[in-house]
Amino acid sequence: MSHQHVVYLDNNATTRTAPEVVAAMLPFFGEHYGNPSSMHTFGGAVKAHVDQARQQVADLLGCLAEEVIFTSCGTESDNAAIMSALRSFPHKRHIVTTRVEHPAVLNFCQDLAGRGYEVSFLPVDRQGNLDLDQAAEAIREDTAIVSVMWANNETGVIFPVTEIAQLARAKGALFHTDAVQAVGKVPTRLGETAIDLLSLSGHKLHTPKGVGVLYVRKGTPFVPYVMGGHQEHGRRAGTENVPYIVGLGRACQLAGERMVEENTRVKALRDRLEKGLLEVEATMVNGDPARRLPNTSSVSFEYVEGESILLMLSDLGICASSGSACTSGSLEPSHVLRAMGVPFTAAHGSIRFSLSYYTTQEEVDYVLKHMPPIIERLRKISPFWARHQARACATPGYVQP
Amino acid sequence: MWEYTDKVRKYFTDPVNVGEVEKPDGVGEVGSLACGDALRLTFKLDEQGKIADARFQTFGCASAIASSSALTEMIKGKTLEEAAQVTNRDIADFLGGLPPEKMHCSVMGEQALQAAIRNYQGLEPLPSEEGEVVCECFGVTDQEIERVARGNNLHSVEEITNYTKAGGGCGKCVDKIEALLAKIWSQPAPQAAAPAPAKKKLTNIQKMKLIEETLEREVRPALKADGGDIELIDIAGDVVQVSLRGRCAACAASQATLGQFVQTKLREFVSEDLIVEEVRP
Repeated sequence: MSHQHVVYLDNNATTRTAPEVVAAMLPFFGEHYGNPSSMHTFGGAVKAHVDQARQQVADLLGCLAEEVIFTSCGTESDNAAIMSALRSFPHKRHIVTTRVEHPAVLNFCQDLAGRGYEVSFLPVDRQGNLDLDQAAEAIREDTAIVSVMWANNETGVIFPVTEIAQLARAKGALFHTDAVQAVGKVPTRLGETAIDLLSLSGHKLHTPKGVGVLYVRKGTPFVPYVMGGHQEHGRRAGTENVPYIVGLGRACQLAGERMVEENTRVKALRDRLEKGLLEVEATMVNGDPARRLPNTSSVSFEYVEGESILLMLSDLGICASSGSACTSGSLEPSHVLRAMGVPFTAAHGSIRFSLSYYTTQEEVDYVLKHMPPIIERLRKISPFWARHQARACATPGYVQP
Repeated sequence: MWEYTDKVRKYFTDPVNVGEVEKPDGVGEVGSLACGDALRLTFKLDEQGKIADARFQTFGCASAIASSSALTEMIKGKTLEEAAQVTNRDIADFLGGLPPEKMHCSVMGEQALQAAIRNYQGLEPLPSEEGEVVCECFGVTDQEIERVARGNNLHSVEEITNYTKAGGGCGKCVDKIEALLAKIWSQPAPQAAAPAPAKKKLTNIQKMKLIEETLEREVRPALKADGGDIELIDIAGDVVQVSLRGRCAACAASQATLGQFVQTKLREFVSEDLIVEEVRP
């Protein structure tokens, strides 16, 4: 494999735009550039394509087209969902979420906590799982909204959102899920659930960055976040981002067609990668292997630091990400791994590989060939590795991989 | 993605002087697994008292590895007096600069060098008067902040975080750092720290009190530097029973921490006869 070839295993960060999506978008730049709100046929004709995209999204989510609102990104959808619930129920000042949410929910909730709202952050166990009893206990009469991600972006652990949605409904609270990582990988069938609000991001689904969706169940009270014009039935103002919306519709159609392959071929590649990596000594997988997205693998290489691994991988054209402090933009390792109680020896050396429909076995094998020497090189430099080898580690909570 | 200079990349990809000097004259260790980076520096002197060989082992990111390797190159051939003058700024300059957020890697190099020199001189790794812990997440004291702030002309909390990590964890100490900076830059540089108190014959009550004080003043801040804590359980004659809390309890090196560090401190400040035992909670 040449040096220039990129082995892209960072699909939970963003994805390649599918060629089919690019093709679907192109006519809406130079050709059909009208405003769908216009009275003239030139603009009005574009509206039909936006409606078609809305139906394609609804088909993937298993909901009605009228329940789909197009937004600019997943973060906007998350913020809008939570804000809408708080404004719809001004007398309810309590929010339930988890410690392992994406910053789009976590930081928004932390900000709200500083503005007079009370926020309960649900813990996770060592496997990254939530406890349903704890969730039930946390939801109260004055809870406006419960926001729990469908699947975690770092570990891929899938949460029991349909069950928690029922718990929320029983207490009269709205339920929102950030499903940015889950859509296209697990069936959603929203019509059969008690989920009131759901966020989706286009660029995790092979659409370009800059488009998202907020699902709002029919009959759910809703207060718009972005206000202005009448677009999206008055629920999200701003002229529709037509090319991207059309692209997202096509991407959802493709995702529906490819979901089986995601859960068979892609999953098998992920398992092959993981199995191979675990042959490296003192290596562990983070997150419950039984409840995970088919494309995600968080692997910790103990006693080495994630950024160093990523740079060496990058020199080989391999793209992944890490939960180490040096890469998280802060000085502490990933909040997800810390919430799970992953030992520091492992949290700093965690690498997340996230595959996609485009990943090949050749690419997985390329990583498997190059990873062990990288870890060996860095461990030779690490002062802790020699010590680890010198004596059996008696650390409480240490899990021998 | 960090913007590293070619020299940082070179020293990261092909680090020189990796490993440990055989029968070293000086050993310096700073950082911890919990903090995300750590450096062990060893050196050997020749007959002229110059550093004949220096080697490093580093757990950390690319700039930590590059800073450590660069440091060993820089101090080889120097006398200890000359080496002692090497600052974090010199390490960063040698590498053609570091990203601002990564300056703490160069500070770690300077600290390991100072610790190794102190080790050669038969002193504790850290000066005995190390001040009050300001940042509990990373165990950074006011004196360290002052030293780094003065040495690098730092005036903002963000700069302090980049150079020492202080304030980069929970963020609770940001106001304290702000106040400390205001104080530092409104006062002239401080004089050398006061010497440790002399030992004297003690009554039992005095001994117990002194053990407590010593643990509080000398031991706890250093353990907190590694995210841990210590609790005094009992004193029976010369046997001092302690229990480690937090990160120290989960640290594989806790036995070594106790034996070498707590006991040394208690013997230094209280009595040569003390024996430290760990009680598992």
